[in-house]
Amino acid sequence: MEIGFPALEGSVLRINAAPIDYVLVAIYFAIIIGIGLISRRGVSSSLDFLLAGRRLPAWVTGLAFMSANLGATELLGQAANGAQYGEQAFHYYWVGAIPAMVFLGLVMMPFYYGSKVRSVPEFLHRRFNRTTQRIQAVLFAVASILLAGVNLYAMAIVVNALLGWPTWVAILVAAVFVLAYTFLGGLSAAIYNEVLQFFVIVAAMIPVTIVGLHRVGGWNGLVSKISAQPGGHQLLTPFPGSQLTGITSSVGSIIGVVAGLGFVTSFGYWTTNFTEVQRAFSAGDAGAAQRTPLIAAIPKALVALVIIIPGMIATVLIPAVSGLKKGAAAGGITYNDVVPLMLRELLPNGFLGVALTGLLASFMAGMAANVSSFNTVFTYDIWQDWIKPNMPDAHYLNVGRIVTVLATAAAVGTAFIAAGFNNIMDYIQTLFSFFNVPLFAVFILGLFWKRMTGTAGWTSLITGTAGAVVVFILNQVGVLNLPGQGSSFLGGAVACVLVVIVALIVSARTKPKSDEELVGLVRSVTPKADTTVAVKVWYQSPILLAAVSLGLVIFFYIFFSLR
Amino acid sequence: MSDIQQGASDQQSEKRERRLAELFDIRTVIGALFAIYGIVCLITGIADFSTADQAKSDGININLWSGIGMVIVAALFIVWSIAKPFRPPETHD
Repeated sequence: MEIGFPALEGSVLRINAAPIDYVLVAIYFAIIIGIGLISRRGVSSSLDFLLAGRRLPAWVTGLAFMSANLGATELLGQAANGAQYGEQAFHYYWVGAIPAMVFLGLVMMPFYYGSKVRSVPEFLHRRFNRTTQRIQAVLFAVASILLAGVNLYAMAIVVNALLGWPTWVAILVAAVFVLAYTFLGGLSAAIYNEVLQFFVIVAAMIPVTIVGLHRVGGWNGLVSKISAQPGGHQLLTPFPGSQLTGITSSVGSIIGVVAGLGFVTSFGYWTTNFTEVQRAFSAGDAGAAQRTPLIAAIPKALVALVIIIPGMIATVLIPAVSGLKKGAAAGGITYNDVVPLMLRELLPNGFLGVALTGLLASFMAGMAANVSSFNTVFTYDIWQDWIKPNMPDAHYLNVGRIVTVLATAAAVGTAFIAAGFNNIMDYIQTLFSFFNVPLFAVFILGLFWKRMTGTAGWTSLITGTAGAVVVFILNQVGVLNLPGQGSSFLGGAVACVLVVIVALIVSARTKPKSDEELVGLVRSVTPKADTTVAVKVWYQSPILLAAVSLGLVIFFYIFFSLR
Repeated sequence: MSDIQQGASDQQSEKRERRLAELFDIRTVIGALFAIYGIVCLITGIADFSTADQAKSDGININLWSGIGMVIVAALFIVWSIAKPFRPPETHD
């Protein structure tokens, strides 16, 4: 990994935004910050209800759930994947998200909702012990800062494309902007922003896809032009996905996709990512909570089309990107620049402003979410609970403010790490293998296996994380040689295996908790009645909703494989 | 007497709450944003479709069509929020 400025020289990638584009961007932020300011001026009760809201209907929580997931890093990263891996990138959605979301809805959600487990730290504390909770808090804090850096870097790419500033200036300016926005708008602005940015991004990507396809001669034109490129035909079928996994054998590669991406990474992400799961908890009842991820899975299956396909179009339409394919010097262009390049290539001033708004808004949303979750974990779980307990509230409030500034400063540093990766999705997947996968393994074991002890909780968590980090380092120094995202898939798999082994060994030598202590925390000792969900109307049936999204996935796979 | 006044002010604050909840309904906000964006793009598309833009988009007037699309989306969200207003549930527990 080379850390440095992947210097996008101003002349290489410049979007010529006109005043009207900036006006549209300004309107958006005026609305968002306006909502934030109004909510501070004492009209909070109804807003509190809307935001923190318990008892929300499923359509609200479903919107919030899917919006929380589609941020700009996902947009830039998956479009980059689309350009680099072609149709193989669809796996991120159709293997990597939908089955896990369905599993979350059908299996996990009723249990979460019924067992009163409301957050990962709370679960780890009650199921295992304080040490496990604290280790997870530290790991989570580190992960938040690293991810905040990804958002900041992604935002810098767009600022750079707009104004031509060098990457490091753009990163600093973006950081100051996010900080101002966080302090001005507060929590309510952040939540509205999160939902709005999703709609704006989708609204922007649909015309990009349609017009892009039109320019390359429709879908058939795209296919024939990509197959004309060296190695192009491999990118025109989702399976076996050898470029993505770095495994040459077809069978091995398919196993790699399904096991690595499907089970390890994506189940780990979806079932323990409490930023998103929390959205479902604010639902009105257990049924609505269960429907939340199932409703969100349907647009999630579709949105892949307007993100991956533009990435593929870019390899045909934009010479710099097709140059990248051939390994030619691309003048500082990386796959991460695919989206800004496509916007410049296709959109007229006016609609360009809408697209830029979507991008900027979603970096803000992503970065604000990372910084605020770091803030919460640091202030409450690390500072108040552990380092300096029993101080007056004002003390913790102050700590929270200082931490927000420090976290933003730290994110500037981690943004440069992100800048060292040619494809930010490679980096994000690596982080998932470090932080999400071991946690998922510990979480699932704890949930289903009552014999697992407190000591086993934290020892297996540490070993799993260390295992994933070791795989990453071995691949970096060349002991392993996995291109693509194979290294993070392998890292995730190694982490899972280590967690299970360590949990078995340590549990055998330490004393487990009694059944009474584990009611509501372990599935086998929790009464069935607590986790059963009633269905009132046929269209609310969880099975039906799950069948729709899984049906879409199967249809798309058949369509794209047989074509 | 004071009970009646109390009741009246309760009713008023309840009404105010409900209006705020409707105003801050995410559907209203989405509708308003897309209405503004739709109209601006629509006007831009009608007023100015330069040859440079035509070359970029293969002759498709993106501002015009996306403007129309966004106005329709805005209308749908606003109609939805009016047809099924968002009521804060009673606060008793």
